[in-house]
Amino acid sequence: MSRNMLLEIGVEELPSSYVPRAITDIKNMAGNKLAETRLQYSDLKVYGTPRRLTLVITNLAERQKDAVIANKGPKKAIAFDSEGNPGKPGLGFARGQGVDFTDLEIREIDGIEYVFAIKKEEGIATSDLLPGILVDIINSLGFPKSMRWGYYHTRFARPVRWLLALYGDEKIEISLENVKSSVYTYGHRFLSSGPLEIKDSQSYFQVLKDNYVILDQDERKQMLREQIDKVATLAGGKPAEDEALLDEITYLVEYPTAFYGEFSPSYLDVPPEVLTTTMIEHQRYFPVFDDQNKLLPGFIGVRNGTDFSLNVVKAGNERVLKARLEDALFFWNEDTKKPLDTMVDKLKNVLFHERLGNLMEKVERLHETALFIGKESGLSDKVKLSRATYLCKADLVSNMVYEFTELQGVIGRYYAIESGEEKEVCEAIYEHYLPRFAGDNLPATETGIVLSLADKIDNLVGCFAIGIRPTGSQDPYALRRQAMGIVNIILDTSLQIDLKSVLTVAYDNFAGIKLDNERDSTVIEVLDFIFQRMRGILLEKGISYDVFDAVLAKPSGDLQDIVSRIDAVRQFKADDKFEDFMVVFNRANNLSKKWLKDDINPKLLSDASEIKLYESFIEIKGEVKRAVELREYLQALDIIAGLRTQLDNFFSAVMVMVDDEALKATRLGLLKSITSLSNPIADFSKLVQ
Amino acid sequence: MNFQEIILKLQNYWGRQGCIILQPYDIEKGAGTMNPATFLKALGPEPWNVAYVEPSRRPTDGRYGENPNRLQHYYQYQVILKPSPDNVIDLYINSLKELGLDMDKHDIRLVEDNWESPTLGAWGLGWEVWLDGMEITQFTYFQQCGGFDCFPVCAEITYGLERIAMYIQDKESVFDIEWVNGVSYADVHHQGEVDYSHYNFEIADIEMLTTMFNMCEKEALQAVGRHLPQPAYDYVLKCSHCFNLLDARGAISVTERTSYMGRVRHLARVVAVEYLEQRKRLEYPLLKDEQLRKSILTDEEVAR
Repeated sequence: MSRNMLLEIGVEELPSSYVPRAITDIKNMAGNKLAETRLQYSDLKVYGTPRRLTLVITNLAERQKDAVIANKGPKKAIAFDSEGNPGKPGLGFARGQGVDFTDLEIREIDGIEYVFAIKKEEGIATSDLLPGILVDIINSLGFPKSMRWGYYHTRFARPVRWLLALYGDEKIEISLENVKSSVYTYGHRFLSSGPLEIKDSQSYFQVLKDNYVILDQDERKQMLREQIDKVATLAGGKPAEDEALLDEITYLVEYPTAFYGEFSPSYLDVPPEVLTTTMIEHQRYFPVFDDQNKLLPGFIGVRNGTDFSLNVVKAGNERVLKARLEDALFFWNEDTKKPLDTMVDKLKNVLFHERLGNLMEKVERLHETALFIGKESGLSDKVKLSRATYLCKADLVSNMVYEFTELQGVIGRYYAIESGEEKEVCEAIYEHYLPRFAGDNLPATETGIVLSLADKIDNLVGCFAIGIRPTGSQDPYALRRQAMGIVNIILDTSLQIDLKSVLTVAYDNFAGIKLDNERDSTVIEVLDFIFQRMRGILLEKGISYDVFDAVLAKPSGDLQDIVSRIDAVRQFKADDKFEDFMVVFNRANNLSKKWLKDDINPKLLSDASEIKLYESFIEIKGEVKRAVELREYLQALDIIAGLRTQLDNFFSAVMVMVDDEALKATRLGLLKSITSLSNPIADFSKLVQ
Repeated sequence: MNFQEIILKLQNYWGRQGCIILQPYDIEKGAGTMNPATFLKALGPEPWNVAYVEPSRRPTDGRYGENPNRLQHYYQYQVILKPSPDNVIDLYINSLKELGLDMDKHDIRLVEDNWESPTLGAWGLGWEVWLDGMEITQFTYFQQCGGFDCFPVCAEITYGLERIAMYIQDKESVFDIEWVNGVSYADVHHQGEVDYSHYNFEIADIEMLTTMFNMCEKEALQAVGRHLPQPAYDYVLKCSHCFNLLDARGAISVTERTSYMGRVRHLARVVAVEYLEQRKRLEYPLLKDEQLRKSILTDEEVAR
């Protein structure tokens, strides 16, 4: 026996970003609650619009399943007295549980016997359980920001105005302070009026649809997608692909109707990023592109309602966009009256961080750091780097970026082009912010690469030096993203540079600013932070953790070198000689790992096998070292693997741990020296075989 | 519908809803929220329903009368409903109908917008109301004011009068709004926009304003010390306006900005403390529900 259950929480317009999360939360909470309370059902669905969150449970059993409950009592030793008769504590427990003492069972937990009262609990009627469950779900919902209203103490994302709660055709009595459950819902805010009676969950969807509410978010999104494509096609273009915008609009309307609006082609003179930002971020419109991916002078807006008098809505939206584009055009014209470099002077009035000085000081630091990176890496040249650094933050004081902060760098590049700056300098201004998010483009020009590294390193060093570091989900300065940017740029360009010395220079460039942490500890901490990001990135690319950890046991400020060593170890693992090598390493390492000295006194060696091993070692030592210096790591490992025969012979002929202390020391020293050969590449004891 | 008819319609409508129709406050301020009829009355347990036009000044928004959408002096229509009634959105929508806006023909949208005023130690949650994509109203449920939790919570409805007028009259420029027959917004305010833009950006005496800020700050603290929250608050408003003018003059460096804002916030906070104390001493005369008044007073006595 089962019935469908329907709960609708009617609210004032929820923030669009809250709805998808609330849908997931309700779904999880309801699932857990039903499992906990032993209520069976066939399906559970949650829907959300700006004005309602709805939970529908299909075929919800009318009664909780029966259960057998075992309540633990005192230890058997206490429950019975010394003669084995019922003792006071045992009798007391049985009485408390409402069972006969003779019905108590003995069960063992961790080797100790306890008495248990076993009771059969009969299932309770679902209609008695539902009020508690539903109120619990409503009260447990959390939001990024919640509020109170009127005289009430309830907290929710926005005021709750009605509750519709039905089990079959029976009303579930619940209340949230002043709001009492009813059998009524409400339709679209403007296209429907008054309460609408709901008989049961089946009729609910249709009643809403008849009253201009498309409840199911998937259906609404699909409608939107189709409408937008259709409108774009009619206008002779295609809409911007923006899934996030589509999702946002899905939760901004209950009944979508897309329409095409136009603006004067004269605004197409403004950089396209400004136009699309205005349309997407400020107005939630879809920009439309032609076949060549050029913006059309139009947009797709979505109305919350039908196509009745859509012309009025379209005209209104066109006017709003026009005013905004007029502003943008004004900013563009104002900003480009003077060359970009005239803005630089104003940077001293803009704070970078209250403890890390203003933007002019930041630019000065970047200049030093960038020149150092340029010199060390051989990328770009002094003239280009100096110019690009000088201009890279200038757009932050432009009218346009003041209004469109998200376009920093993009606008700087346009203004630099307008000011006749060299092409690579213009690109570098844009590129020094790259990558801005996961999967974003990486800088491509040499100047852009250097400046991007310098900017990120300055941010990391500055923040770590004053104690700002990401914790848990808190990373307000996006330091993780910046560290990942550094790693990705270096891996992408195969750049060879010692980050440790760059970090040191970057720290020294903060001279004159009071920092909390010392240089050495800051450099180590930042480097370690970068290694952690690198680990994540490489593991995602399929590098196994043990290889990474083995290589990082020998850290290096040169990330490219770390990558080379990882590649060598990976390749070598697939090589025939890998087994030989690991035998050499393990046999030598097992005995000598606690031995700290690698001194060898050749005069003490007497057995032919050990003399041979020693000679072979001396012979390859230089070769291995040279190979390592040339970063021919695979070759180095190859050579070491060649010791296998001599080492096997050595172990079959000689006892290492002899009583003669001097001889033992020399033999251990020899083994230690052999294990040390591969140390500059990786700590092979960390490899999982 | 001309500009003053719009105002009159709103006055009549909100008057009918039981609001006191107050007149603008006589000290410069950046927004209707800063009127003591909002900032102070939002505090404490007393109910308060009020509506008024508020001339608002934002010196940095001046454009010498050349921009069709930006003004350094403009009008807000402010409504405070405390506690916020359950049908508050319907009340607001009805006010739009009163202005002749046919809801069937337009797209009205409530888009999340959270309001915060760091200088007033105030924040709230609510929406921007969009009329066919244009923001015409800010709607906020106050959660904190002067650093204190608001309870009961009030709803603040702030209409952008010029924007609504531009829409209703189908004008491209704010200056083309018809105030009454034959008199435009430009006739009334254009020269003021030009003059004040010159004054705010170029002429205002920085040294004088700095001194004035310091004097007003001192006076606010003096008045608070004598348990006179309302006179003290006047000087907080004056401080805030001096700060805005200094800002327009480009006289406030980034480091100073934080410190200036902190000083104003502190003043707002001490005035709020003093105002709450005073209302309690007066035993909340605006609480006309005698039973509720008694119970709140008793609860506060117990809490002490």
